[in-house]
Amino acid sequence: MRFLLDADQRAFAGSLHAMLTAADTPAVIRDWSRGDHARGRALWSRIAEAGVFGLAVPEEHGGLGPRPVELTVAFVELGRHAVPGPLAETVGAAVLLGEPPLAKRFLPGLADGTDLATVAAPGGYAVDGDAATLRLSPAPGGLYLGTAAPGPVRRSLDPARRLTALAPAGELLAPAVPYDRALTWIRLATAAQALGVGLALLDRTVAHVRRRTQFGVPIGSFQAVKHRLADAMTALEFARPLLFGAAVSLRPAEVAAAKLSACEAAYRTARTALHLHGAIGYTAEYDLSLWLTKARALRAAWGTPQECRSLVLADGFREAVGGRAGEAGGVRGS
Amino acid sequence: MVTAVDLSHSRADEEFRAAARAWLAEHVPRTPLPSLETAEGFAAHRAWEAELAADRWSVVSWPERFGGRDASLAGWLVFEEEYWAAGAPGRVGQNGVSLLAPTLFAYGTEEQRARVLPPMATGEVVWAQAWSEPEAGSDLAALASRAVRTDGGWLLRGQKTWSSRAAFADRAFGLFRSDPGAPEPHQGLTYLMFGLRDPGVTVRPIGRLDGKPAFAELFLDDVFVPDEDVIGEPGQGWRIAMSATGDERGLTLRSPGRFLAAAGRLRELWRAQGSPGHASARVADALIAARAYQLFAYSAAARVLDGARLGPESSMNKLFWSELDLALHETALDLLGAEGELADGAWSEGYVFSLAGPIYAGTNEIQRDIVAERLLGLPKGRR
Repeated sequence: MRFLLDADQRAFAGSLHAMLTAADTPAVIRDWSRGDHARGRALWSRIAEAGVFGLAVPEEHGGLGPRPVELTVAFVELGRHAVPGPLAETVGAAVLLGEPPLAKRFLPGLADGTDLATVAAPGGYAVDGDAATLRLSPAPGGLYLGTAAPGPVRRSLDPARRLTALAPAGELLAPAVPYDRALTWIRLATAAQALGVGLALLDRTVAHVRRRTQFGVPIGSFQAVKHRLADAMTALEFARPLLFGAAVSLRPAEVAAAKLSACEAAYRTARTALHLHGAIGYTAEYDLSLWLTKARALRAAWGTPQECRSLVLADGFREAVGGRAGEAGGVRGS
Repeated sequence: MVTAVDLSHSRADEEFRAAARAWLAEHVPRTPLPSLETAEGFAAHRAWEAELAADRWSVVSWPERFGGRDASLAGWLVFEEEYWAAGAPGRVGQNGVSLLAPTLFAYGTEEQRARVLPPMATGEVVWAQAWSEPEAGSDLAALASRAVRTDGGWLLRGQKTWSSRAAFADRAFGLFRSDPGAPEPHQGLTYLMFGLRDPGVTVRPIGRLDGKPAFAELFLDDVFVPDEDVIGEPGQGWRIAMSATGDERGLTLRSPGRFLAAAGRLRELWRAQGSPGHASARVADALIAARAYQLFAYSAAARVLDGARLGPESSMNKLFWSELDLALHETALDLLGAEGELADGAWSEGYVFSLAGPIYAGTNEIQRDIVAERLLGLPKGRR
């Protein structure tokens, strides 16, 4: 039992954070939102060089994985910097395409950043279909690789997520799809991204309320302000162990719990961030909007709150106490 | 590749779990004990502590020489998971074990430990806390009860209130003002232990929301405390009391096993009621929060093992468990419908208890101030 990131894992997070800070992601995001993918693709290559996508790809196909804990570490940083692109979907694609003979054909390109993959969500849209080089549709009949030009882009509440309709058509890659396993990985990556989004919103808002003065004092000295931020931090810090616990176990119910908690905490932090920034936070021009809108979008992506809760209720977390939660009577007194 | 983040228990901890489970299966009372906030229930819970202690299960994390098993923090977490999953009784000695004992381990003398800890472990001496006063609640440093120097010790004068368990307990510990001339309110305070049946002590029980005497007022009229019952240096009481609240209380006041068991039981209740959709989100959220609380504790335990101090982090812990406890019990009562109104229902006592959670052990407003100022670095302001 040692439920703590080690020095290498923390250093990996630190180096990604430094690289993404230097990359000026707000400018990249704004280009991406307009359909100009040049700087986003360059950033994608650097993220791949840092080994991020390789964490979902086995070594024999050019990766370093599978290493879900390190992948989670990385995706928290990607979320913290609101990096655009089909990030979680590319991780999911590495699982969907992970069996021979597909693995040999596709995985090296995913690991080294040559390919950006999107995956059609059930009944939903494929994110960034216009930028993706691989457009995958898992369907009852098998896994399809889209060969037609992507459909028109629908605007998301998060302008950096460019949604396209994607039908199961094109090249049939495989008759059977490891969809549940892929979904677990996409969901884990999405949860990690959401936690990073929430942490960035908290940092930015703390900086704002320390700086912004009203009635002659920083507004961060008011209890009404402090308490909202304390609640946001508490929600984020209790989502964090669920996230890493899910990365260790990869059990669907644990991953669902992590997804729900990280997204709820990030969204709650977004509401607090918006409110405490006041009117400036309610503008598209101010960079805070890049994180605010993502917190909303990720909440429903790859597992709505209701879907996640259903998985938890069906499982019950009985293994969390050696397989016997709920067997006997519970709390009596203190 | 081997990952450093490891959630598997050591073989020793798994054996420890199995031993605890086996003992509890044999000894946990088949029918629930009466409420520990009644005279009859208090006695029954005291007897249960003796039964636990007879086989050294009452204070597993203590050193063996005081009746414990030298369990690590991870071992303690495992024991607590088993304890609450087995439906074992509430712990009447909790105040002493989670607040006074850590203080004695850190600041007491070996003589004090040898004298105070073994009867605490068996339930022979049950401890109450004596912090709050009528004019000193959240602003605890405003306390006015005096400790006046006398030959060989101190005389206590004043009034304490909201003293949990004091209606039936044997002894109490708390802070008293020994130097009223000290320049700051939190200076000149001394940490003392005294007997609730000593001459000069009047205990007036107070009925909590359901009328049970869960706490009491203490009137102190020149109560003599010998020097050997002062913990640490006179005048250093504030620092001593606060270090115990930050480090230990955050992790050990409310164990994750307690909430995991309750959340599991809530899920069973929900299923027994036909899995109603209106409550499914709240039941799921209770399960998730209990699991989050457990994993947060494992992560904190790993940091402690690495030599970190938890300090203000424990304020997030207190916010989280107190809100979880309340939400969990409110959901249970809602699921029970008309039955949920009954004062002697299976969830009623726990519900009444959970209502106090956001108030005691430092109100949640004080905890949020600590999180904001000490973890987020926001400027101090008027409370």
